[in-house]
Amino acid sequence: MSKTQKAAAQSRHPLLPKTPTGIKGLDEITGGGIPLNRPTLVCGDAGCGKTLMSIEFIVRGAMEYGEPGVFMAFEEKADELAMNVASLGFDLDKLQAEKKIKIDHVHIDRTEIEETGEYDLDGLFIRLNYAIDSIRAKRVVLDTLENLFAGLSNQAVLRAELRRLFHWLKEKGVTAIITGERGDGKLTRQGLEEYVSDCVILLDHRVIDQISTRRLRIVKYRGSIHGTNEYPFLIDEDGISVLPVTSLKLEKPVSSERVTSGIPALDRMLGGRGFFKGSSVLVSGTAGTGKTSIAAYFANETCKNGKRCIYFAFEESPSQIIRNMHSINVDLQQYVDKGTLKFYASRPTLYGLEMHLVAMYKVIKEFAPQTVILDPITNLITVGSVSEVKAMLIRLIDFLQEEQITVMFTALSLNNIVNEQTDEGVSSLVDAWLLVRDIEHNGERNRGMYIMKSRGMKHSNQVREFIITDKGLDLVDVYLGPEGILTGSAREAQMLQEQTGEVLRENAVGRKDREISRKRKVLEAKISSLQTEFESAEEELNKIYQEEELIRSVSEKTRNEMIKIRRNDKG
Amino acid sequence: MVASKKYELRLYIAGNTAKSVTALTNLKKYCEEHLKGQYKIEVIDLLVQPQLAEGDQIFAIPTLVRKVPEPIRKIIGDLSNEEKVLVGLNIRPA
Repeated sequence: MSKTQKAAAQSRHPLLPKTPTGIKGLDEITGGGIPLNRPTLVCGDAGCGKTLMSIEFIVRGAMEYGEPGVFMAFEEKADELAMNVASLGFDLDKLQAEKKIKIDHVHIDRTEIEETGEYDLDGLFIRLNYAIDSIRAKRVVLDTLENLFAGLSNQAVLRAELRRLFHWLKEKGVTAIITGERGDGKLTRQGLEEYVSDCVILLDHRVIDQISTRRLRIVKYRGSIHGTNEYPFLIDEDGISVLPVTSLKLEKPVSSERVTSGIPALDRMLGGRGFFKGSSVLVSGTAGTGKTSIAAYFANETCKNGKRCIYFAFEESPSQIIRNMHSINVDLQQYVDKGTLKFYASRPTLYGLEMHLVAMYKVIKEFAPQTVILDPITNLITVGSVSEVKAMLIRLIDFLQEEQITVMFTALSLNNIVNEQTDEGVSSLVDAWLLVRDIEHNGERNRGMYIMKSRGMKHSNQVREFIITDKGLDLVDVYLGPEGILTGSAREAQMLQEQTGEVLRENAVGRKDREISRKRKVLEAKISSLQTEFESAEEELNKIYQEEELIRSVSEKTRNEMIKIRRNDKG
Repeated sequence: MVASKKYELRLYIAGNTAKSVTALTNLKKYCEEHLKGQYKIEVIDLLVQPQLAEGDQIFAIPTLVRKVPEPIRKIIGDLSNEEKVLVGLNIRPA
């Protein structure tokens, strides 16, 4: 009997019920939010965003989830708070007037207070209870409860009362966030974590190499799976965004749809149809090999097809890129005007890597592009180590693949690197890798391009010469001359030479033809003269023959005459 | 003893708890001794009027608030220490 009851109870509570905080990313890390109807401790150093996170919890609850909230402030006054968060677009006064939130400032000033004898904190309970009941609050924030310790001296009473308070909050059925200042070797100065045992979130604000990054970690979340890493978060005009940067599984949807690179000859090298949609493409090469031009072409092509593209520029300003691309007949300005192309330029040193990632993540989420370009990723190395950059790019690629966004990175590789790894070591992460390299020969520098790899498609193994002209980019077959691969003017020269040879040969053939015809003519002339000779000889022969005939006939006649004459004599 | 001053005192309690009763008894005793005829005590039970807690910034119970004369002073606890209460209320100089 009791067993079945237990089983029923278990099935009725299969999982710890959670309340979404409404803070971007936090609900994903916690698998749905913070524990429903239980207190959660948010702790951290001064200035790490505790108050902001808790007020966002209240405001999002009121605005997005229809859950009114009470914000009990021990530090700041209500109007100060309202002013502080006005920059985030939260209108606390309006929400208060609409009875969606209630801000109660508890002012504790030791100089005004005298303690004599025994007391408890019933006043606080009553105030909180009244505030909760007056707006039917579901959410409560106590920021920062530890100020009580500064205002009151009887620690034993305080500790007992806090324990009672947390019990009371649970019984009251409100989801609460308690903030606490971080202490030495402890999560909070007053050891509040002893009382709040369900969920503890630690905020941190670290400065490494003069670059600050805010991070968040879930120290403890009883009865729930949660991300255990440190997650960077960003505070900007929309509040807090936490970036769940590593997806735990490699289970991404893939597409066999193709996107063209914008350079037909390059598409031909990639099995004739370009990159896979949602794949990552790395274009690496030494300085001045035209990486940005390839990227701009890709952006241009994306926008030409009516899709959207974000161009993250870490080196040049947008106007600089637009101007420079005019020189290769690419007009990016029109797409910027149309709103399909968005430039997002920032100095890598502006903030830390994680912040870059969070910022990019946010922009990408908002703009929902089909193509993203990062130009160049090499510059990010100035704000992090190689492994950090790599980790960041893994996460970015992960995220982009999830969203089915095609990404093109450009990376500068240095000439002195013997192997062809890029600095960031991302080559193993990307799906396609184009290498643009210098071919120095005969006193000039030319560009050669080849495909180092392209996962899942047939691709050309040929080195192509990559030409940048006023008309745009093109790839041509390199010339295989007797002395090896020829490019640039050597290729032109060789081609010219071959053309000359062709002409000469044609000329020679012509001359031979003419000679033959001349010879034929000579021979024909000879033949006709021989014929004439023959004719004259024949005529001569005929003449003799006739003469002889004549002679014969004449002599016969004469002989007959003679006979006749002789007969007459006898007669 | 100061003659001309009027004292307006407000005692916040939450129900008839032992502490509240002690505080009120103590307060009445001190006032009779030191402020005879010059004081007014108002007892507010926050269980009945919880909305009043915010105005006087009450968080501990019991709390004695001296409204008049200014500045406002607060004494929390059951007022068992007479010396502290008198100093706190500025009846006796520290």
